[in-house]
Amino acid sequence: MSGIGTGYDLSATTYSPDGKIFQTEYAQKAVDNSSTVLGLRCKDGVVLACEKLVLSKLLVEGSNRRIHNIDRHVGVAVAGLAPDGRMVANRAWDEAASYKRVYGEPIPGHVLCERVGSYVHMFNLYWSLRPYGSTMLMAVYDKNGPALYAVDPSGSSLRYFGTAVGKGRQAAKNEIEKLKLSEMTCREAVLEAVKILHKVHDEDGKKFELEVSWICDETNKQHQRVPAELLAEAERQAKAALEDSDMDD
Amino acid sequence: MDVSRGASHSEAAPSTGTTIVACTYKGGVVFGADGRVSIGNYIMNRASNKIAPLSEYIFLCRSGSAPDTQIISDNVRHYLHQASAESGEEPSVLMAANLVRLLNYNNKDHLVGAMLVVGWDKHAGGQVYGVPISGTLAKEKWAIDGSGSSYIWGYCDSEFKEDMTREEAENWVKEALALAMTRDASSGGTIRMYTLDGAGVHHTYIPGDQVPQFVGDLPFPTGNPGGAVLGSAAREGGMVIG
Repeated sequence: MSGIGTGYDLSATTYSPDGKIFQTEYAQKAVDNSSTVLGLRCKDGVVLACEKLVLSKLLVEGSNRRIHNIDRHVGVAVAGLAPDGRMVANRAWDEAASYKRVYGEPIPGHVLCERVGSYVHMFNLYWSLRPYGSTMLMAVYDKNGPALYAVDPSGSSLRYFGTAVGKGRQAAKNEIEKLKLSEMTCREAVLEAVKILHKVHDEDGKKFELEVSWICDETNKQHQRVPAELLAEAERQAKAALEDSDMDD
Repeated sequence: MDVSRGASHSEAAPSTGTTIVACTYKGGVVFGADGRVSIGNYIMNRASNKIAPLSEYIFLCRSGSAPDTQIISDNVRHYLHQASAESGEEPSVLMAANLVRLLNYNNKDHLVGAMLVVGWDKHAGGQVYGVPISGTLAKEKWAIDGSGSSYIWGYCDSEFKEDMTREEAENWVKEALALAMTRDASSGGTIRMYTLDGAGVHHTYIPGDQVPQFVGDLPFPTGNPGGAVLGSAAREGGMVIG
């Protein structure tokens, strides 16, 4: 790695001769090497799912939160450096709260994601700051309907039908492309999301647990963790699907 | 409400001792105001416009201190414009009402503005918000304010119906304003009325001589100024003592 950007990668305010900012690219690497996070926008809402590697038997189950509530109608999942993701999520919370205070209504998704994008982008402008090493997938259900956004370390924010970030993103995106999301409900999408995470999980990796949330008509347009029974059923189906495909091999 | 009652015009500040009326109907909102601005007993302006646009489909009906409500309307118009530039969408009526309310609340020691924010947006249709002094925000089916409103609560309470037609709503607003203008010395002159129905903004201006009158009202003067009573003496060159 040391040969790649030699000399041009020491500061976020230095371009390389071929027009790259290596610090931003390295921040992106932090996200690419983390565990997989995916989001699916369905006809009645959005599902977020994170694969969390269990680093130690001493950790209480459910710790190392990756999914955060920003407002009732917005939830985010972060990939990459967890503390960085936490900072970006906090900023989103701040923006949503101040918008509500000033304008009296919940912040629209596209306004929130632009504000977070501008904030993250700012950290790519000054040599005294480093870019955030995290991507935030944002699930929102506002008066314009459900939407899924992703803000990456460069500050660019895009809207998706479905996307994945982290180690297994390529394989996950291939699976997501096979789904007909506009015809699926969130309940069905939860099963698919869990199936995909199990499928793309690195087999000789450590034990892992899942954190899955949704926001849809069924949850009254509020962002919540999916109910334990639904998650358990999804895990059952995912494991069964893996065994089936193993048997086919 | 009327800060200058009893004061002579040399001491009092201009006040929109006023009547403002707004209501929702089946399909939108109708709202209106009188036109009188008084300094003490002097009518500084008899055809003023007390309805300020905040955005294309959102308006502010002003009563209380004239300068205070003008500053509030200018500021909120500016903030709304910025907000719609950021979001790329038309602002909602609730946003406008909340901005007005925050100015009233955060500056309650200095401002005397009792206003109605009335408008139409695509998500919630026609809406009326009362934003009185001190910073309350109340969403209502109909609202009235200003010094003249004291005299028409009974009329408004008994005559308002939900889901009126556009014509019924316009008559309700016009009648309420006319009744208040008859009894309140600080309200009068002309009526300005707007109807918002999602298709556009329809403005009605009713000059003073066409404002509805009631039994016992003095008829509006007709003919030339200095006509029947004084005319003949003036024409003959005699002295006229009026």
